[in-house]
Amino acid sequence: MPLTSIFQIAGSALTAQSQRMNVSASNMANADSVAGPDGQPYRARQVVFRVSPGDGRPYGGVVGGVQVAGVVDAPSPPRMTYDPASPMADERGYVAMPNVDVVAETVNMISASRSYQANVEVLNTAKSLMLKTLSLGQ
Amino acid sequence: MTDRISDAFRFDQQALALRAQRQEVLSSNIANADTPGYKSRDFDFRDAMANALDARMRLPETRLALTSARHIPGRAAVAQPADLLYRQPLQPSLDGNTVDMDVERVEFADNAMRYQTGLTVLSGRIKSLLSAMQQ
Repeated sequence: MPLTSIFQIAGSALTAQSQRMNVSASNMANADSVAGPDGQPYRARQVVFRVSPGDGRPYGGVVGGVQVAGVVDAPSPPRMTYDPASPMADERGYVAMPNVDVVAETVNMISASRSYQANVEVLNTAKSLMLKTLSLGQ
Repeated sequence: MTDRISDAFRFDQQALALRAQRQEVLSSNIANADTPGYKSRDFDFRDAMANALDARMRLPETRLALTSARHIPGRAAVAQPADLLYRQPLQPSLDGNTVDMDVERVEFADNAMRYQTGLTVLSGRIKSLLSAMQQ
């Protein structure tokens, strides 16, 4: 039934967008973490979205919800900062800082929250349509 | 008698089913607004409605009866009422995604309103049939 699968589609988008916000928050929080558990500077991460095909529905292979295909490390090199006083500095006085782009993460966060809101709106519309359908003929 | 009642409601039922299906396609577009490579889909409601009303003349899910293991199974293809089309993007993005959030949200709201219109019309028809029965 199409109206109930809207709940599944929009719900999967909510999950995916909140995971994106989670990753973005982790990146922002660790923008200055010089060393992680492995002693290396924190590396920025990004989520990769992909369509999750709905099975058994009409158009099931084409339209569907979203799922997070994976979380990948950002490929950019670490940011080298000159700070000879730091205990993590190399012999030339440079410290490898995380490759987090704070401005890009802020934009990412805003975009994710807008998408989240849009999907909440979709859910509310589908819910009110369904309730109206249930009261049909009364 | 009952089949005449269901005949009376068939048009509205088909219209509502297609509206709900279109709502699903549009919600999928909105959900995948950030998925790289996702192409925005939609279907033409007028064509879909014409196909759906025409389809009730055809036999649904017709199969050949097989009486031997060497018979080739034959089956009439049941077409979907609507072919999913691709939306022409006004501003395609670099990652291959063609979802334009403004267009999708306008279409979504428009489709929801038309679904409710369909519900209101159907509800009115039910009420008038009921009052005819009570005379």
